[in-house]
Amino acid sequence: MIAELGHYALVLALALALVQSVVPLVGTRTRDPVLMQVASPTALVQFVFVALSFAALTACYVTSDFSILNVAENSHSQQPLIFKLTSVWGNHEGSMLLWVLILAFFGALVAAFGNNIPAALKASVLAVQSWIAVTFYLFILLTSNPFARLPNPPFEGRDLNPILQDLGLAIHPPLLYLGYVGFSISFSFAVAALIEGRIDAAWARWVRPWTLAAWMFLTLGIAMGSYWAYYELGWGGWWFWDPVENASLMPWLAGTALLHSALVMEKREALKVWTILLAILAFSLSLIGTFLVRSGVLTSVHTFATDPTRGVFILAILIAFIGGSLAIFAWRASSLKQGGLFAPVSREGALVLNNLLLTTACATVFVGTLYPLALEALTGAKISVGAPFFNMTFGPLFLPILLAMPFGPMLAWKRGDLLGVAQRLVWAYAAGAVVAAAVYAYTWGGPVIAPFAIGLSAYVIVGALVDIAERIGLMRLPLAVVARRAAGLPRASWGTAIAHLGVGLTMLGVVCEMNWGAERIGMVKPGAVLSLRGYDLTFDGTSMREGPNYRELIGHFTVRRDGNVITVMEPTKRNFAAREMGTTEAALYSRGASQLYVSLGDPSPDGAIAVRIYHKPLVLLIWIGALVMTFGGGLSLSDRRLRVGAPKPAKAKSKTALQPAE
Amino acid sequence: MTRKQRRLVLLSVGLGVLGVAAGLVLTALTDSIVFFNSPTDVIEKHVRPDTRIRLGGLVQPGSVVKSDDLHIRFEVTDGNKAIPVTYQGILPDLFREGQGVIAEGKLDGAGVMKADSVLAKHDERYMPKEIEDSLKKQGHWKDDYAAKKTGGAAAQSGTAKVQ
Repeated sequence: MIAELGHYALVLALALALVQSVVPLVGTRTRDPVLMQVASPTALVQFVFVALSFAALTACYVTSDFSILNVAENSHSQQPLIFKLTSVWGNHEGSMLLWVLILAFFGALVAAFGNNIPAALKASVLAVQSWIAVTFYLFILLTSNPFARLPNPPFEGRDLNPILQDLGLAIHPPLLYLGYVGFSISFSFAVAALIEGRIDAAWARWVRPWTLAAWMFLTLGIAMGSYWAYYELGWGGWWFWDPVENASLMPWLAGTALLHSALVMEKREALKVWTILLAILAFSLSLIGTFLVRSGVLTSVHTFATDPTRGVFILAILIAFIGGSLAIFAWRASSLKQGGLFAPVSREGALVLNNLLLTTACATVFVGTLYPLALEALTGAKISVGAPFFNMTFGPLFLPILLAMPFGPMLAWKRGDLLGVAQRLVWAYAAGAVVAAAVYAYTWGGPVIAPFAIGLSAYVIVGALVDIAERIGLMRLPLAVVARRAAGLPRASWGTAIAHLGVGLTMLGVVCEMNWGAERIGMVKPGAVLSLRGYDLTFDGTSMREGPNYRELIGHFTVRRDGNVITVMEPTKRNFAAREMGTTEAALYSRGASQLYVSLGDPSPDGAIAVRIYHKPLVLLIWIGALVMTFGGGLSLSDRRLRVGAPKPAKAKSKTALQPAE
Repeated sequence: MTRKQRRLVLLSVGLGVLGVAAGLVLTALTDSIVFFNSPTDVIEKHVRPDTRIRLGGLVQPGSVVKSDDLHIRFEVTDGNKAIPVTYQGILPDLFREGQGVIAEGKLDGAGVMKADSVLAKHDERYMPKEIEDSLKKQGHWKDDYAAKKTGGAAAQSGTAKVQ
């Protein structure tokens, strides 16, 4: 009964979405405010219905109703409640339902809080948002019904894929979807602006908070997914350049570019056409990501059961939206007026460079991800493009981004003083050079590239700090003035510096982990000692433990350093009876930002067991950096000037002389 | 600076970056891609030793030999031909006899593949697409090797789609 209600609620949401995708647009054509105002309530009620539908599916999972095919295939009565809940989106149908839930959620947010958006624009935005919703409701209802019943319900469910039985599943997909789907708002705004044929700085002001929020969620989602893969897959890798990972990286790169170009548009009214194009591209890449993951073109842990009709359906959605929006773009973009002028060396120029490099980097990832698919479709040859490809292409393109990063925020708008900025960044070069030299001396004889990369990270980090120090006049002015300036500095400026600092931290972690990680693999018997980087791990034997829906073999290790016991590590191997499948749960021990990582292999009949030990220096910085980036984004989002949506002329006279120039 | 000059600067910088990127992509594509082969491909195409390949198929039942120092030897088969593979390290959780596997590495002179990575499938319902295709090509799809997969709820999944 609950399932049927959920199904019905979804059908009602589709009906509302159909109304919402047509009526408001008719209103904008006929200038009828009543028709335009239809958009907001339908968006809100649509969200309520999708939420009901989602709640119904959740209820089926919580009560372990195995007469629902989806529940029977992906749940088990003995799963802990948290995994029953996360199982809802741990499968194709449920995850698509989560996708539309978030889509409707964003639509409802625009409807509820977009009061300062002009009525016509708001109506168009919500209508475009609803086009997306309609296609995805149809996709779910026609090809992936999560509420399908089984004629002969099994007594017990088939259990969730054990790899997914982890807290990561509770966090990673919702965050990632909030990011992916969040870009739908920028997309809707872009298409609405093209339909209206009008775009100005105010438009950028409305779009930027949404883009920023989506970007933050995507950053967190990718970082979380990476950390999850790191501890769950048992071989210590945190990024595999797997097509599915690339599918989330591409929208992130485009979204990052969009954030920066929207800034230019908001402040200087330049780069209008480009910003619109980026908004379309960011969401198109999200759709491509959804297609790659959900269609079964690729097989990985993310693709659940595959079904060709779904692939064709998503491909059709993809072509319709990307093709349609690009066609509107080609048709209307020329009608948008050109914006302000700027010299190549200026804040705008730096942001253009940022965009150029980010989108090019994105394009190389795109080629590397889709080339194997295209080649197979055309010639039948099967190839794999792995980490070496991306290291050779993505790496060199990211280098100039990092070099230019500290310069950008310090250059003035319109016409910048490159030499002046270069002089002010002297501390950043000094820090980079000193760190690089120190690391080079310390790792004498090792590769030169690693110390250089470390120095570059130090340069980026110190460069971000110099930016703030310059703005608040640190070392130049009396402390009281500095404090006042720091308090008065717009949060967006703090946000920029902190997000850039986060990039430096992530880079630092990546370089350290890649170059100086150490690994030992061995067969150990109880009492044996394995040593790695000054840590001595004594194997004390194994024991068995019963989990709720699995049995696990626990390896006990005592970790000593200089003879003193510092911790006990207990990696396990779990065996899930329902699927006859095992997982490896690594044991992690953090010391500062570095980690010791132990995972178990197969036991042999004579009592020995295979063990993998890694020492990963500063590895946690990779994810800490992502958190810092997100925090910077959050600060920027909380800036009052962004929340005040309508454009207001700068009140120059109210600013004191001490206010920092932006 | 006029609008025209600005556009020229932008355009040339843009083309420059794109050119560099295209160059990087092309060199990387010639240097770092790896071809997927089934055991039959390896033998029929006479894949040269020291070429990096991905070998995909099923682990031949009864062929897995493990020695003390984590050296493992097994055979990968597609039903017609089998290629011996050696690997040192810990195998993935889902590595099992009769199940799909992809090994990446180089062939030595004796036709034995020295693998530096071994991938097994993530889920008992899922089989790497490359392996599925090559098994179909060999006409062994859904016979002894893959029989396990056609039963049960897998009937709903794409791995059991009709030929």
